[in-house]
Amino acid sequence: MLTAIRYFYLLRPIWAVLIALFVGSGLILIAGVSPITAYVELFKGAFLDYWGLAGTLVKTSPILLAGLAVILPLRAGLLNIGAEGQIYMGGLFSAMAALLLPEMSALILVPICVLAGALGGGLWGLIPGYLKAYHGMNEVILTILLNFIAINIVSYVAGGPMMQEGAPYPYSEEIRQELWLPWIMNGTDAHAGVIVGVALAMVMFFVLKYSTIGFALDTIGKNATAAQYAGVPVKPYIVGVMFAAGALGGLAGTFEVLGLKYRLYHHFSPGYGFDGIVVAFLASVNPLIAPIAAFFLSGLKAGALVMQRAVGLESTVIEAIQGLVIIFVAASLGFKYNATKWSQFLLRRRKLDAEVGDTFAKTPKGDE
Amino acid sequence: MDFLLDAQAMTDFLSTSLRLSIPIIFAAVGGVISERSGVFNIALEGCILGGAFGAAVGAYLTGTPFGGLFFGLAVASFAGIILAALAVGLAINQLVAGIAINILMIGLTSYLARLILGADATSTLPGFSPIAIPLLSSIPILGKVLFTQDLLTYLMYLLVPLTWWVIYRTPWGLNLRAIGDYPVAADSAGISVSRVRLYAVLISCAMAGLGGCYLVLSQVFVFTENMSAGKGFIALAALILGRWNPIGALLACLFFGMSDALQLRLQFGSPDVPYQLFSMVPYIASFLALVIFAGKVRPPAAIGIKYERGGK
Repeated sequence: MLTAIRYFYLLRPIWAVLIALFVGSGLILIAGVSPITAYVELFKGAFLDYWGLAGTLVKTSPILLAGLAVILPLRAGLLNIGAEGQIYMGGLFSAMAALLLPEMSALILVPICVLAGALGGGLWGLIPGYLKAYHGMNEVILTILLNFIAINIVSYVAGGPMMQEGAPYPYSEEIRQELWLPWIMNGTDAHAGVIVGVALAMVMFFVLKYSTIGFALDTIGKNATAAQYAGVPVKPYIVGVMFAAGALGGLAGTFEVLGLKYRLYHHFSPGYGFDGIVVAFLASVNPLIAPIAAFFLSGLKAGALVMQRAVGLESTVIEAIQGLVIIFVAASLGFKYNATKWSQFLLRRRKLDAEVGDTFAKTPKGDE
Repeated sequence: MDFLLDAQAMTDFLSTSLRLSIPIIFAAVGGVISERSGVFNIALEGCILGGAFGAAVGAYLTGTPFGGLFFGLAVASFAGIILAALAVGLAINQLVAGIAINILMIGLTSYLARLILGADATSTLPGFSPIAIPLLSSIPILGKVLFTQDLLTYLMYLLVPLTWWVIYRTPWGLNLRAIGDYPVAADSAGISVSRVRLYAVLISCAMAGLGGCYLVLSQVFVFTENMSAGKGFIALAALILGRWNPIGALLACLFFGMSDALQLRLQFGSPDVPYQLFSMVPYIASFLALVIFAGKVRPPAAIGIKYERGGK
């Protein structure tokens, strides 16, 4: 019984999602649409249809990588709100490498573009990491401000120095086709970014679980002073983990540019960095669950458009439901499994049942 | 910079600065209250947005700006209740709770605005019009800038000193600061930590909501999706820069407002340079100001830490 309760607690993000979908159905009802039809269309459009699934996977790539960019520093107790800016800087650096470097074999240039993107995002994570570690500044507010700066830098570059001539709104020249990422589903936009994302999630899981790095990060997250005392170089770790997180965010942006857009557009990320935060909490900060959480969230977003077409419901409702999901998941984290409390409760119940059974043979009742 | 010499241009520049500062001032001063109690209020952004949405819907449904003000405060307080329930009641990470509220508010306001305002979303809503204060408004330049304003601006003039007075000169303010610095001691002295934090969060969100009301009822008279556009985050930077003091936060907000007004003027002054180069000025100014001046600040000691009785 106790194990059952423990599993019930472990699955609490799932209960939270279900409650959020239930509350969200209230929002759908306001618009005069049947929530069941809407949800059926949503999930059919997101997961059960070849094109829909491809659309979901396209979004899974950046959302998963952004989720990993949030999870990694969160293990050390750092909240990286800057994934959005890191995505933009990654996209910028990889697009610059792809468009400005002299022509050379794609075998050399593609890795350079990818590394450039990771570096761009990494630098954008390094700045707040350094200021946090060596000047004790709040990483949350720094990363938020850096987001706005990065978005504006990309808009400036895509609308100024790198803008294609005669383009109706800011975007760069098209990147040569040899540099595009391979597709994973025939005839669709689904590209290899999502596979890299899943592979990196696995790597991260094993590094965090089985290496001293993971242990050091968890120790810093629990108690930085204790970690310092135990000989963990806390400050370099903070800088390093923010750089790595930024690089993951940068990869998300790189794959958006090389895998999907093939140009540097202004505002090319519709808030994927913030979806990463949702993924991190949906996955309970576990990189192994992150792909599932990212897949689910991407499905909600991709399915929202299908739903809008099918039942005429504003797709913004999905943003509201996404907000509800994170509120309820966040709230569910507040309910912690307490073995002692539950075993005492079960013991009391059993005693009570036994007593009640003795007095009124065979009429079990609840607690009175 | 030659506009600084011309009286008319100067008046325009200063009133633009003030206009751009006011929403941030409401949010930052509200944020001071909550952060002084030890609750990191990153939901200011969502509260501004909620306030703006409520103001638009209220003004649309009732036909008066006062209805808008009432609804705006109600929506922002609703966000405050959620934040208090999550961060104070359930004691989950305050930053997580705040981000959750911001995401919820963006989605909820966009969706409900389309449902409620629908086709009327772009029509002008009733708002507050400027009232010139006799005598004061005839002071050259400053009179026009400061004393030919609307009701919400005058409310801001009152709220900032009032907040300062409450925090530093009343018993409740002393409790508030004690809880933010050392909740265990405050609890031993018989102050209810969670109750004070609950009120602080509610007041803080309602004040940020006023900032949203100002945006809709005094500035643009329409609601647009995600119209808070990062103002809540600038307010957070401002209150750190203002050393968690309402007056300091006010000055920091005025500085950001001025840098914003300056970049707008630069945008119009040099049309051949892509405007994005200038629109990042306020964010770079906030960032640099934080890095340069906020290095040695001492935030409330217990900020961001949940309080559990008998906990560690």
